[in-house]
Amino acid sequence: MKKYLAMLLAGALSVSLLAGCGGDSGSSASSTGSAGSAGSASSTGSDSSAADGTTFKLGGTGPLTGGASIYGLAAQRGAQIAVDEIAEAGGDIQFTLRYEDDVHDAEKAVNAYNTLKEWGMQISLGSVTSKPGEATSVLNYEDRIFALTPSASSPAVIESKDNVFQMCFSDPNQGLASAQYISEQNLGEKVFIIWKNDDVYSTGIKDQFVTEAEALNLNVVGDATFTTDSQTDFTVQLTQAQQAGADLLFLPIYYDAASLILSQANAMGYDPAIFGVDGMDGILTVDGFDPALAEGVMLLTPFNADAQDEATQAFVQKYQAQYGEVPNQFAADAYDCVYALKQALETAGCTPDMSAEDICTKLIEVFPTITFEGLTGDGAGITWDSTGAVSKSPKGMVIQNGAYVGMD
Amino acid sequence: MTSLKTMKKSTRTSFLTYAMVVVAFVIVQSLRVFKDGGVGAVLEGQLIPICAYITVALALNLVVGVSGELSLGHAGFMSIGAFMGCAMASALQDSVTLAPLRLAISMIFGAVLAGLFGFLIGIPVLRLNGDYLAIVTLAFGEIIKSIITNVYLGVDKDGLQFSFLTDRNQLAEGGIALIKGPMGVNNSARISTFVAGFILVMITLIVVFNLVNSRAGRAIMAARDNRIAAESVGISVTKYKMMAFVTSAALAGAAGTLYGCSQVTFTATKFDFNTSILILVFVVLGGLGNMWGTVIAAAALTILPEALREFADYRMLVYAIVLILVMLATNNPTIQSGLSRLIQRLKAGKGGEEQ
Repeated sequence: MKKYLAMLLAGALSVSLLAGCGGDSGSSASSTGSAGSAGSASSTGSDSSAADGTTFKLGGTGPLTGGASIYGLAAQRGAQIAVDEIAEAGGDIQFTLRYEDDVHDAEKAVNAYNTLKEWGMQISLGSVTSKPGEATSVLNYEDRIFALTPSASSPAVIESKDNVFQMCFSDPNQGLASAQYISEQNLGEKVFIIWKNDDVYSTGIKDQFVTEAEALNLNVVGDATFTTDSQTDFTVQLTQAQQAGADLLFLPIYYDAASLILSQANAMGYDPAIFGVDGMDGILTVDGFDPALAEGVMLLTPFNADAQDEATQAFVQKYQAQYGEVPNQFAADAYDCVYALKQALETAGCTPDMSAEDICTKLIEVFPTITFEGLTGDGAGITWDSTGAVSKSPKGMVIQNGAYVGMD
Repeated sequence: MTSLKTMKKSTRTSFLTYAMVVVAFVIVQSLRVFKDGGVGAVLEGQLIPICAYITVALALNLVVGVSGELSLGHAGFMSIGAFMGCAMASALQDSVTLAPLRLAISMIFGAVLAGLFGFLIGIPVLRLNGDYLAIVTLAFGEIIKSIITNVYLGVDKDGLQFSFLTDRNQLAEGGIALIKGPMGVNNSARISTFVAGFILVMITLIVVFNLVNSRAGRAIMAARDNRIAAESVGISVTKYKMMAFVTSAALAGAAGTLYGCSQVTFTATKFDFNTSILILVFVVLGGLGNMWGTVIAAAALTILPEALREFADYRMLVYAIVLILVMLATNNPTIQSGLSRLIQRLKAGKGGEEQ
């Protein structure tokens, strides 16, 4: 009896772990295998080649396995491409990049951060997702290691920490911008919100959206929630929306749930306009999802893989060649992070033999003063204020013929 | 040494378990104090969670191993302890300035609340014969997770404010949001210490061993081994099972507070079904009813995933394989008899030398 119970439990645990891994390999298509080997090969490779004191040790944590791994892997790959490019181009400022897996869990993120600290990380890319980001940013602050996070968008990440900066806009700002955009462009008469109430990201955007919608006299006819455990069936929420007569669905959620909502709405014969935020980015690459269903979906995202400028084109090409998929905004944000750090380090005159604390002090001074031209900003460039918040404007995109097109 | 040999077997086991935990603590603590760099940043960050997991695993072993019931919701009790304890700790921030005292009060508060929930669950379920406790605790864990995800609790100078589903709290200047729904808890100060964790583990061991080796403990085990026989000699099965279950729930609550107060931030989703199963794995791997085994299993299995970071993307796969291999090895009769023969031979060899 004991033996069978033991086997059963071990089996259950390993199956659940494998299921976690399986989920990500499903959504990120065939690239997981190659990415795993490429990622680890490149990081160990650069580990051994990098002599101490000639490169800046750059570390970050993100979900490289598990349900949220598409974000972590994208950020890791984007940052790696930037680091490789900088190495190819040569110059004084060189980076050694190391990403550690945090499985989108705050406790594991602390472990991952500590692993990086032992490794001798001088500058941090923070964490990819919000909740782990809140945990590691406090440690960044206490250890005086400068952090620029590509995508941990919760305001709590940078709150009262002088050395933590964000590359993405914060959750409330997205809610604000979405409400303004919908109101300005008259996209819908009756708005219905479907949000995930056990998620920091979704709750943050939704709260601000509702507040701003009231101020703008936007008619929000109702909202419905779901949780991680119940994100497989949305017929109830969609029926509610339909009965409320909503002609615009606002979805401040990630693309995986959104893809299901779109499929199920289509099956019900319900066809409202859909407005998403940056978590919607990635919907076109979901396995088994018919991109035709996403036709006409509007979303706010800082990055457009179809942009015609040279930098974006080069980045997308490289990413596709190495990893076999179109980069999303997480990859672009991480890519920008590395270049922004490079620019700041050049401005501050830092050298790789400096201690993390000295680099931190200099970067805190320099960061609010620089203007950075990256993939995710518009023509005006990206700037930061001294609280660590970024100033750049989200781009409104609409999906047409299976591609993002700028919405003006 | 002779006294150790002549001791009762149960006394010797508990004595050796205390000794093991104390020695481990002394080694780690002296490394932290005297060695430059301590035990390393990774292990340092894990020390308090390890203590918490050991405590909750010991607590669960009391239910699964000693009283023979299956609980699949111990993460739920931990969750209650973590959220309520941390809320208490933050609320007392100004009135109780001494951090260890504040932690102790919060832990007791967390333990009492978790014990209360354990009691409420136990009233109907422990009267039943069968696997009902597993089913009910499983549901309990999920319910607690959903409820806490929707709770907004804040405190300001006028007192506590509570709202459900959406945040309607209007905190005055200087107020603290204790629980922020899906955003969980953000601790402004992390008051848990490794020493506190060690003390909690020791208290847990003392409670568990004293309960198991008492008259009540023998009644609990009698009810486990043969319910009908136990009832026939006048043992109130429900009462003794309740005793084990409530003690276990309260200890899990205290472990939750310890864990919560050591983290920068945590959410209710952290204490999900997977965490419950993880704790059960510690217990099963350590051995049902075997306390020192549970301590080792909980510590080793918490460190293992971090030690496997070199395997990069495949580390959780390796973790699962290691787990299965250990389970196979410890349950294999050939290996077991081989081990016991080896121990006997060693003993015999020693005895021969002494003569």
